[in-house]
Amino acid sequence: MNYRGPQRVRIDEKPEPKILHPQDAIVRVTRSCICGSDLHLYNGNVPDTRVGMTFGHEFIGEVIEIGEEVQKLKVGDMIIVPFNIACGKCHFCKQGLFGNCHESNSQATAVGGIFGYSHTAGGYDGGQAEYVRVPYADVGPTVIPPGMDPDDAVLLTDVVPTGYQAAEMGGIQKGDTVVIFGAGPIGIMAARCSWLFGAGRVIVIDKVEYRLEFVRNYANCEAYNYEEMDDPVVFVKKTTDWMGADVVIDAVGAEATGNVMQTITGRKLLLQAGSATAAHWAVNSVKKGGIVSIVGIYGPTDNLFPLGNVVNKGITIRANQASVKRLLPRLIDHVQNGILNPKALITHRIPLEDVADAYHIFSEKLDNCIKPVLIPPSAR
Amino acid sequence: MENKTPKDYSHIKGWGIDADPKNDPTYPMKHRTDAEQEGYSWDRPTLQDVNIEVLHSIERPNVTAVFGTSTPPSGLSGMIRRYAFKHSENSYLHWLPLLMADRVNVVEGVIDDFAKGTVPNIFAEKGWKADWEHNRSGLIQKVGIMALVATAAVVLLTRKKD
Repeated sequence: MNYRGPQRVRIDEKPEPKILHPQDAIVRVTRSCICGSDLHLYNGNVPDTRVGMTFGHEFIGEVIEIGEEVQKLKVGDMIIVPFNIACGKCHFCKQGLFGNCHESNSQATAVGGIFGYSHTAGGYDGGQAEYVRVPYADVGPTVIPPGMDPDDAVLLTDVVPTGYQAAEMGGIQKGDTVVIFGAGPIGIMAARCSWLFGAGRVIVIDKVEYRLEFVRNYANCEAYNYEEMDDPVVFVKKTTDWMGADVVIDAVGAEATGNVMQTITGRKLLLQAGSATAAHWAVNSVKKGGIVSIVGIYGPTDNLFPLGNVVNKGITIRANQASVKRLLPRLIDHVQNGILNPKALITHRIPLEDVADAYHIFSEKLDNCIKPVLIPPSAR
Repeated sequence: MENKTPKDYSHIKGWGIDADPKNDPTYPMKHRTDAEQEGYSWDRPTLQDVNIEVLHSIERPNVTAVFGTSTPPSGLSGMIRRYAFKHSENSYLHWLPLLMADRVNVVEGVIDDFAKGTVPNIFAEKGWKADWEHNRSGLIQKVGIMALVATAAVVLLTRKKD
């Protein structure tokens, strides 16, 4: 996959990656997904997204070469590769903040390295390719447990941990009402995981009808179309006995629709770091003293955001990139025990060669697409 | 300028009297070790050889132990990126030039394609084949609007002055 500019990608031949560091591994990719956050890159909204880069931070594959310091992996291992690149040695990794590693992203201090996610996230080519270089191979990657379906495994690289952490950061207490803005893969998984923390009621709000239908069935939750409401915040207030939700999760990020001013300034004119509609709604629909959990991705500059209401309502905001490595053992258990069924989210399996069509289908929500997986020639 | 927190607080009456380590809203996202109070002091991993140009944020002292090697800065966009990295992540003079460099880079990409004898297939790169399969009426509408706009532009530009 080769990025050529906003809404333009294609397949090209590039040199195969090499070991550049003794803790590197080279992985032959067997599955890679397109993530909702890839659309921020695809649309040209993330600064320092360079032409020629290969995207893709959700992938699994086979180890075909290892650096001399790699001890835990061996050639032939099939591995889950977390989307974040983490050294395991810096203060932040030691604290479990594997998404905030300080030794994997030279270009920005606000975020650790992420595969295929612009130079603002380290300048690493990603996994929407046949082969990929995986730094710190002993730290992040985990061998796929025997018997695990590769379609489940590939969603453990990002979708499941991010959805789970969205619910975890909500500090959900038994009986809490949880509102989730966004019925994309992350919102769907956050809804499913909210129950694991004891939520009493889970409500998902979006505008894409087929996704609302999906999440209603998949996560056994309520799902509503905001285009059928006068105001989603008033809807949440009304349905919570005029109190607001205990926990609200922003699972949309910069591509949000629903507010004309946010859309024009955030998505069309790039005057702010994406449209902050979902974050805005989250702050205004959570109850006083409630918790807003943000996993939707925004650019690194500024956003229009109701900060005054955060103060006046005494809201706690919790946000981060998912710490995949920290969560993987628990989530692998959940998948193996049948508590979570990630692969049900996959609606499209597309040859890697058709990556341009795959991006367009996912971006425009064509053909009832929820989650597309790219499959390289060697894995078919 | 050094500004280290003193270790002895005995001179501050009541210091820490109500501290409650369990009241940590970052848990379980962060297992607090307090090691960060020691600054940039960990045993760094082996350093990757820097044999390409790696721009690094001025909010850190060095290049990270590993780094990506995709698409090093080059051409006019590279010059703009180098300028951007003279400013911190806290500054618009960092981010806005980077966005500008990205747009310049798109033009450079097209020129590079032509220089290599490749004519970029914009329609294929935009995934319009998928539109033809799944959103045919939308595609026809889109092409129709583009044709209309192009025709209007040509008429306006070629109209003779009275």
